[in-house]
Amino acid sequence: MSIRTEELLVNVGPQHPSTHGVFRLVVKLDGEVITEATPVIGYLHRGTEKLAENLSYTQIIPYTDRMDYLSAMTNNYVLCHAVETLMKLEIPEKAEYLRVIVMELNRVASHLVWWGTYLLDIGAMSPFLYAFRDREKIVELFNELCGARLTYFYMRVGGVKWDAPPGWIDKVKEFIPYMRKQIEEYEKLVTGNEIFLSRVKDIGKYDSQTAINYGLSGVNLRSTGIDWDLRKQEPYSLYEQFDFDVPTSTDGDCFARYRLRIEEMKQSLSIVEQAVAQFPEEGKIMAKVPRVIRPPAGEVYSRIESPRGEIGCHIVSKGKAEPYRLKFRRPSFVNLQILPELLIGETMTNLVTIFGGIDIVLGEVDC
Amino acid sequence: MDNMIEQLSIGSVSLVTLATAALLLIVLVFVTYGIYFERKVIGWIQLRQGPNRTGPFGLLQTVADVFKLLIKEDTIPNNADKTVFKLGPIISFIPAFVVLAVIPYTENLYFANLNVGLLYYVALSGISTIGILMGGWASNNKYALLGGMRSVAQMISYEIPLVISMVGVILMTGSLNMIQIVEGQAGGFWSWNIFPQIVAFGIFIIAAVAELNRTPFDLPEAESELIAGYHVEYSGFRFAFYMLSEYVYIYAIAGLTTVLFLGGWHAPFAFLSFIPGLIWFIIKFCSIVFFLFWIRATMPRLRVDHLMGLGWKVLLPLSLVNIFVTAIVLELLK
Repeated sequence: MSIRTEELLVNVGPQHPSTHGVFRLVVKLDGEVITEATPVIGYLHRGTEKLAENLSYTQIIPYTDRMDYLSAMTNNYVLCHAVETLMKLEIPEKAEYLRVIVMELNRVASHLVWWGTYLLDIGAMSPFLYAFRDREKIVELFNELCGARLTYFYMRVGGVKWDAPPGWIDKVKEFIPYMRKQIEEYEKLVTGNEIFLSRVKDIGKYDSQTAINYGLSGVNLRSTGIDWDLRKQEPYSLYEQFDFDVPTSTDGDCFARYRLRIEEMKQSLSIVEQAVAQFPEEGKIMAKVPRVIRPPAGEVYSRIESPRGEIGCHIVSKGKAEPYRLKFRRPSFVNLQILPELLIGETMTNLVTIFGGIDIVLGEVDC
Repeated sequence: MDNMIEQLSIGSVSLVTLATAALLLIVLVFVTYGIYFERKVIGWIQLRQGPNRTGPFGLLQTVADVFKLLIKEDTIPNNADKTVFKLGPIISFIPAFVVLAVIPYTENLYFANLNVGLLYYVALSGISTIGILMGGWASNNKYALLGGMRSVAQMISYEIPLVISMVGVILMTGSLNMIQIVEGQAGGFWSWNIFPQIVAFGIFIIAAVAELNRTPFDLPEAESELIAGYHVEYSGFRFAFYMLSEYVYIYAIAGLTTVLFLGGWHAPFAFLSFIPGLIWFIIKFCSIVFFLFWIRATMPRLRVDHLMGLGWKVLLPLSLVNIFVTAIVLELLK
């Protein structure tokens, strides 16, 4: 006797607790095994790139805040960096220091959110609140610096908007050893947990060739053994001055990505530590920039390492106050493309693990 | 109370009814404050306050929640199987409540002194699974269906090691009567079943957590995968019944663990036996409940296939070995 079975079509999302935003995945299930997965995106599309064509460069910066809202500082930077490269601007040293400090702190904050929500996906509730407790400290620091907790609008073409308030650098100095201790605690609480390991080890595996074919970047690429971090490969800002490692792993599974993100937090803290130690108290925070920014006609593509991978900004300028065309290469969008391939043959449970492991931000996917 | 059931006079029937109402009240109070306690404990573990707004120290929070559930609109999905949909929560709740009858609190305080008490417990608690499956099936929702299916697979897999781990205790006592099982553990904590039956205790606790559908075995309602699992379409009072049966099972399992492994109402040391047995029972009972809440805040969730593997490949053989070893040791000691 054969039992008649039917394929089950399940809509995961757009409102689903594990899609971290409005992401929809149409999944065909055979029992609990996925036979086909189709991501449907665009629910959060705001047309940032088109809007930018009618905005002055400074006006575009707040839009970048809302792309990858977990690391708005790096998004601010990539746009400013592109315009500055086009204008061949010299940025004051103090502004660069401030930028590096906030970008690296933002990387820690972003990875903390990832760490917490990833474990929430896996079914552990508590780490989420631990992560948010410590992220709160970073957010408070940013709040003091620029008056915003999430959408900072901190950087400008030519520098940064606000100087560090008195005592701020000391607070950052105090934060570093505190955060290191917390990361140790995280590792004790979670990393060795047998259930956790059984959930993430050897799950969502792919090799370096697949990663390159899909154009992955960031941790998703480094987890396959490729040492590619734009802070090292194409140093921008002051990154050449700092001593830090780029952690890589050859396992290519979810656990490798987990380890690398924890490791990256430690490296970011070490960069911040060096930056605050060398921080120049005196100096300007803005370069001499004309009131209306009109970059010379031309094209530029600048790319930097965001917490999620390579974020790039391509500007075509016709010498006007608005860009003729602006294009963002968003790492979340590119990294997401590997998902359907990874999901074939996996169970519903692994769907959440793999999807969470890629670490996307929907604001950036849809832009 | 035995005699009373035999001679069904009007007086005895009304007494039994009263006792049942009292038990229901105790259970409801337990559930109300069990949930409050759980939220507080998990809140403290997670650097939060827990409920603290409704009533003094948030003590009325659960009451308010239940009231909210009662006055909510009762919705049934369009294409749901209405009869089965309505029946599901009831089938799930009744066995949860009925099994409580055989749990003895002290040598004098119990509701039924069945000589097959343990068997009665095991047989009835299995029925709840059907209620969950009915809910999942009748909802006409894919997530609910997946949750219901998972739930059945999980409960069947864990029912078996749970029951077999009890056999070790039954061998030690030579009885299925709960009161005799507790009496067999009299005289200091070293004669409790937990020590000679430590393997069975381990299996029992793991299987019990799985039976309860709680973290790390909360796959049927895994919120990050299946949103809420089998009760995703339920709201209002029907939803409350599912939640209620879940918490009544916590009560039942904590009571059962106390009776089977922790010596029931017996004091751990002879010189402490001036404290009433009921107090000891409550202390042991509460520590088990606390333990269940504690692991909920600590553990991630298991994967479905690992869960099945653990049940069939590890717990079941281990519990069989435990019976074998227990039987041999008992025979040798005779």
